[in-house]
Amino acid sequence: MCKNSLSPALADKFAALEAYIADLNITRDDARRRGRLIQVLHRAQQIFGYLPREVQCFVAEKMYLQEADVSGVVSFYNYFTTKPKGKYCINVCLGTACYVKGAEKVLSEIERVLGVKADTNPTEDGLFSVSALRCVGACGLAPVVMVNEKVYGKVTPAMAVEIINEYKQRG
Amino acid sequence: MKQVNITINGVPLTVPEGTTILEAARMLNINIPTLCYYEKLGCGVGNKPASCRVCVVEVERRRNLAPACATPITAFDEGMVIHTNTQRALKARRTVLELIMSDHPQTCLTCAKNQDCELQTLAAEFGISEIEYQGATNRIPKDASSNAIMRDLSKCIRCRRCETVCSKVQTVGALTGYGRGFSAKVATAGMMPLADTSCTFCGQCVNVCPTGAITGISYVKQVWAALNDPSKTVIVQTAPAVRVAVGQEFGFEPGVPVTKRLVGGLRALGFDKVFDTNFAADLTIMEEANEIVQRLKSGQNLPILTSCCPGWINFLEYQFPDLLNIPSSCKSPQQMFGAIAKSYYAAKLGIDPKDLVVVSVMPCQAKKYEASRPEFANDEVRDVDYVVTTRELCRMFKEAGVNLQGIAESEYDSPLGESSGAADIFGVTGGVLEAALRTVYYLVNGKNLEGDAVNFRDVRGLEGVKEASVTVAPGLTVNVAVASGLGNARKVLEIVRKDPGRFQAIEIMACPGGCINGGGQPYLHGNADLLESRMKGLYAEDEAKTLRLSHENADIKQLYAEFLGEPGSEKAHHLLHTCYHCRKK
Repeated sequence: MCKNSLSPALADKFAALEAYIADLNITRDDARRRGRLIQVLHRAQQIFGYLPREVQCFVAEKMYLQEADVSGVVSFYNYFTTKPKGKYCINVCLGTACYVKGAEKVLSEIERVLGVKADTNPTEDGLFSVSALRCVGACGLAPVVMVNEKVYGKVTPAMAVEIINEYKQRG
Repeated sequence: MKQVNITINGVPLTVPEGTTILEAARMLNINIPTLCYYEKLGCGVGNKPASCRVCVVEVERRRNLAPACATPITAFDEGMVIHTNTQRALKARRTVLELIMSDHPQTCLTCAKNQDCELQTLAAEFGISEIEYQGATNRIPKDASSNAIMRDLSKCIRCRRCETVCSKVQTVGALTGYGRGFSAKVATAGMMPLADTSCTFCGQCVNVCPTGAITGISYVKQVWAALNDPSKTVIVQTAPAVRVAVGQEFGFEPGVPVTKRLVGGLRALGFDKVFDTNFAADLTIMEEANEIVQRLKSGQNLPILTSCCPGWINFLEYQFPDLLNIPSSCKSPQQMFGAIAKSYYAAKLGIDPKDLVVVSVMPCQAKKYEASRPEFANDEVRDVDYVVTTRELCRMFKEAGVNLQGIAESEYDSPLGESSGAADIFGVTGGVLEAALRTVYYLVNGKNLEGDAVNFRDVRGLEGVKEASVTVAPGLTVNVAVASGLGNARKVLEIVRKDPGRFQAIEIMACPGGCINGGGQPYLHGNADLLESRMKGLYAEDEAKTLRLSHENADIKQLYAEFLGEPGSEKAHHLLHTCYHCRKK
């Protein structure tokens, strides 16, 4: 595996990921191991919050794949990120329906209040990161904002601020 | 298998089911242009992603145009009627080409692939005079991190030949499709510099890239500067595989050795002495055969693997760090030559090694990386100063107006120019092992192989993996394996991991077929038959010599008598041997 120095605090996370992969019983000759890659990366991102090179190398080694195979998949899917995310990921839908219902204004307001741009770094306190995405399949609720798994519908810029404050209070 | 009757451009044809439209058209000598398609990358692998759409044809009763390279004629296609050059197909192809070119730098005149570019050829054939589509372009900084391979992704057309050859043929996996949509690239993991990846610099990607997106890093300028520096003595060595490939660029019959003209041409360029890597190949055999015999006698640290090929060594150092102790400790012939030139030969001339410039002509990109390894330098004076590939040498000849057809034949200089036929076959898969076996036989039996026994035919041929049992002496049978192509090397190494006793000696070359198919050889442009010709050329060169055993080379004997002592001596170890490191970061 990559000889990058692994912080000891991450050891538990790597152990959890290793256990997950071990349960899949993947062998070197298993032609279907590529098919398992996306599900493993999902779990890895769940554990680590993002997929830095160390994690990608780890997955590659445990699944008998090349680092480039893993990197190619990570780079293809929007869902995967190689940068750390905040505790709360705010996803603003910019699909057609949300867009015409004013999603862009909602996004600008969130960016203004939090002081970060979409798809860049999380806020300094590590609480929030902001992303734009395309269509979550809830066009009837446009404009839609998701915070982690929770969906908010018919969001106005003012509501967006309230939502942010709610999560700030939770900390 | 069912036979299917079809019609292409009005001509009836019967083909076995599963034949693609492209293959069927070629049976009728109907040319359909292709771009991403590459039939024989090596080891039975082709690149057929049907991604470029340059080969589209019209099929009656089908709504959409069909990509000929990826449309099989099935049992249900009885009576299929295909038109390859309708207005609609031609227009679609032109649009595809213009769209590709709209995101391709229009810098053909200064491109390393000028006149060797498949996109350029198609543009010329289509007579494209302007590009209708002006839009966004991908402009990505060049990656020259590796000393060997240059990547200029701005010129990439995303055919993915490089990725296929890297991951499927070589199983190196340095490249991947990266990102998506318009900005998708064929790149390294995380867009890392190539030097930091698993890349072995074998250059098979260079050989198949249709455009100038992947080329070799050229040191031709530095070589010209050295040749024109009166304070330097500039000597050149030529690898075995160069002599059977260089003629192709000057209208000689492909594969026919043009050794003496090559020497004449190099003299015309102004090299002070023209020497032969073959000399160092014989030297390698002296050391390696000695090592093989030692290891066979002791029974320890077997199997022994050849170590002439830097692409394969790079592969081992990255992918099999647990097996670093099994290759022979011998440096490659290129590096042995450099080490001897900068010590023995510089002393003979009475000059400072700093003023002796060693240039290598190699069929290989990985040799550039090898020459730059820090362990192959003394006080920052490299053993081999510059490496140019066969292709780059051809350009040098053309630039200087040297036509090998008209050049006078010439002989290699002494004392680093004499070589045996055993050295010639270093350039083809199986050759290094055969050369070693000839000398191992002598070392074990105290006498030479006679007559036809000198030919070890079991290890010859272009198959990816060859196995043989060779009786070296009564009661001493050696099981050997030969692999070419790194995917095949991986198979053999997996066997070694599981069953270390199965083979006692193994030869590996990184490129499918060996150095004759190296990453610096004149382009095959898909014509794999050229490899067969080059292979025959090298065996013909061997057979034509009276001297066919490395240990009978008089200049080598003299080198040991005057300077090295005997094979495996302390001095030989210091100058001619090396060790290996884990390259994975």
